Amino acid sequence: MITFMNNSDSEEEPCNERTSLMSAESPPVPSYQDGLHASEAGEVQAHRKRRTGSSRSPNDTADGEMSDSGVPVRESTLENEEEELTLKYGAKHVIMLFVPVTLCMIVVVATIKSVRFYTEKNGQLIYTPFSEDTPSVGQRLLNSVLNTIIMISVIVVMTVFLVLLYKYRCYKFIHGWLILSSLMLLFLFTYIYLGEVLKTYNVAMDYPTLFLIIWNFGAVGMICIHWKGPLQLQQAYLIMISALMALVFIKYLPEWSAWVILGAISIYDLMAVLCPKGPLRMLVETAQERNEPIFPALIYSSAMIWTVGMAKPDTAARGPIQQTWDAAEDGRENHRSPSHAGSQMPETRSPVPTRPTTSLEELEEEERGVKLGLGDFIFYSVLVGKAAATASGDWNTTLACFVAILIGLCLTLLLLAVFKKALPALPISITFGLVFYFSTDNLVRPFMDTLAFHQLYI
Amino acid sequence: MTLAVFFGCTFIAFGPAFGLFLFTIAHDPLRIIILIAGAFFWLVSLLLSSLIWFIAVKASDPRDELLQKGLLIFGVMFSVLLQEAFRFLYYKLLRKAIEGLMALSEDGCSPISIQQMAYVAGVGFGLMSGAFSMINLLADALGPGTVGIHGDSQLYFLTSAFMTMVLIFLHTFWGILFFHGCEHQRWWEITAVIAMHLAVSGSTFCNPLYVGSLVPSYLLMATAAAWAYLLSGGSAQNLQRFLLCLQSGASPQLGS
Repeated sequence: MITFMNNSDSEEEPCNERTSLMSAESPPVPSYQDGLHASEAGEVQAHRKRRTGSSRSPNDTADGEMSDSGVPVRESTLENEEEELTLKYGAKHVIMLFVPVTLCMIVVVATIKSVRFYTEKNGQLIYTPFSEDTPSVGQRLLNSVLNTIIMISVIVVMTVFLVLLYKYRCYKFIHGWLILSSLMLLFLFTYIYLGEVLKTYNVAMDYPTLFLIIWNFGAVGMICIHWKGPLQLQQAYLIMISALMALVFIKYLPEWSAWVILGAISIYDLMAVLCPKGPLRMLVETAQERNEPIFPALIYSSAMIWTVGMAKPDTAARGPIQQTWDAAEDGRENHRSPSHAGSQMPETRSPVPTRPTTSLEELEEEERGVKLGLGDFIFYSVLVGKAAATASGDWNTTLACFVAILIGLCLTLLLLAVFKKALPALPISITFGLVFYFSTDNLVRPFMDTLAFHQLYI
Repeated sequence: MTLAVFFGCTFIAFGPAFGLFLFTIAHDPLRIIILIAGAFFWLVSLLLSSLIWFIAVKASDPRDELLQKGLLIFGVMFSVLLQEAFRFLYYKLLRKAIEGLMALSEDGCSPISIQQMAYVAGVGFGLMSGAFSMINLLADALGPGTVGIHGDSQLYFLTSAFMTMVLIFLHTFWGILFFHGCEHQRWWEITAVIAMHLAVSGSTFCNPLYVGSLVPSYLLMATAAAWAYLLSGGSAQNLQRFLLCLQSGASPQLGS
């Protein structure tokens, strides 16, 4: 899922974007002036993308009336500039997501191309028990479809379980689950990855050094992801764990099953996020009812804040709001958190008490951000990584899938700007990616090979 | 085939384009999106033309050399025509986008002009075309082997790199010319672009007689460059002033 993020202010005083410690949770948005919101509430937002409108969107769709309460309207003086800025923001958001998605894919493709370990077949996960080593095509297809059914059912069951946990407020359980899965990713998988990279490049490393590196990497990662840390570091860690997860999938999913699973999961994503009874939609609505933020540790957020002028906001008023945030962390195991998996929920605006009027002078320029779930990163990278690993056309196919996924992401963000509600980020990109993978591998590759053979250029 | 060949060919083929990207496109998100969308359109055109060629090849006798050669020529020409058709479609899309951008902005001007979009679209087409031609070669250049050991040309990698570079430039200039022709309803400009593209692709049939393909392509590139420069508002005086300003040390005031 992909959502707009209104702002992610730090809980403490606003600092420079470079120095602020971005809390992993989405902090409450200080409501600027309720009166200002009310006046805007009635405006028709149909074809004019106003920043306020867009930022209010996640709430609008879920609960109509509460749009006024929490939405921050920054400076009324900036309203006129907002019109033009909105589209610039729109394009900027796309780039803010292009960069991490590209980085994740680059890491995955570079690893696949250099480290042999991730392309060797060493067994399968228990979620895909049927082997694809059968001689006949029909049997292989059947096995991959069965694998897909099992995998998707596991995911559905886990999602429903998670929704139930969330509904019945078993926050500690979710919290513990989430911490356990990040621990596994940050320590165990990183250890394996580092080991394989060192083996590939024939670099010797002693255990004490290894322990030191892994310990530091993992500990800082846990802090950054689950608590507070510099935004860029948090983003980097999220990209790294997505890449690690994608590599695990690429290694352990058999060939045909991987493609069928990718297709099935985008369909599931579509249904889970958009259908009224879909688990993710229910999760979103429950979170919005409770005015709780969405899963901090499983979403990549691209928000930044800049402040000009340092009037300290009224932090005391924000105090009681904080408690609800810590508890609201939703946990889903990373390794089976598809894009929809809870991680993308629209930012809920919590009705924070208004700031004192003195803060009107404060020139706080906040950049809206977009949130993309880690599951999206993982499955995009799985697609591109699989293309890099298995396509005989090598780099052309990888490049084609990469461009297709980026365009899909761009279209999804366009739809997000139009519909202003949480949307599944997988379907369009994965569809384009799959179409381009199979067509480039089977149609374009022979053509380009023949052209290269004769050194012809088109 | 060593690292030197790899880096050399990469920089020859993609260096200028990368410089263009870095200095004119990378800072503006809207332009990056237009670039990637342009690359996507080129990709779709390639897909469709490969589909046609593939069907034709599968439907024909694989042992008939002459027929296969003929089909290849047909494939190349058809691909060129399809690329230009998709350039036209992209122009239509960008026109609509500009109208949308104008409607959304407060003062009625879009943040980017059609000429800038033409340039970025051209770079997008060029980069994708160059990447598809060159990347597999570069990957092979890293591995072991001897170029031309079976009697083929030893300059294969080098000439491919130069050809890729000239194609990227050509696509950029063709983008400008094409969009200008579409904007001002000058059909002869569009036909000139198509004719140039066909000529460049046709000249590559002379390979490995590189003098027959590289020299005409570079000449055509110079022509297209001058033409695009004139269409974008440049003139001999502008150029002179630019060069003189540089010599005198003052920063030149160039219109975009």
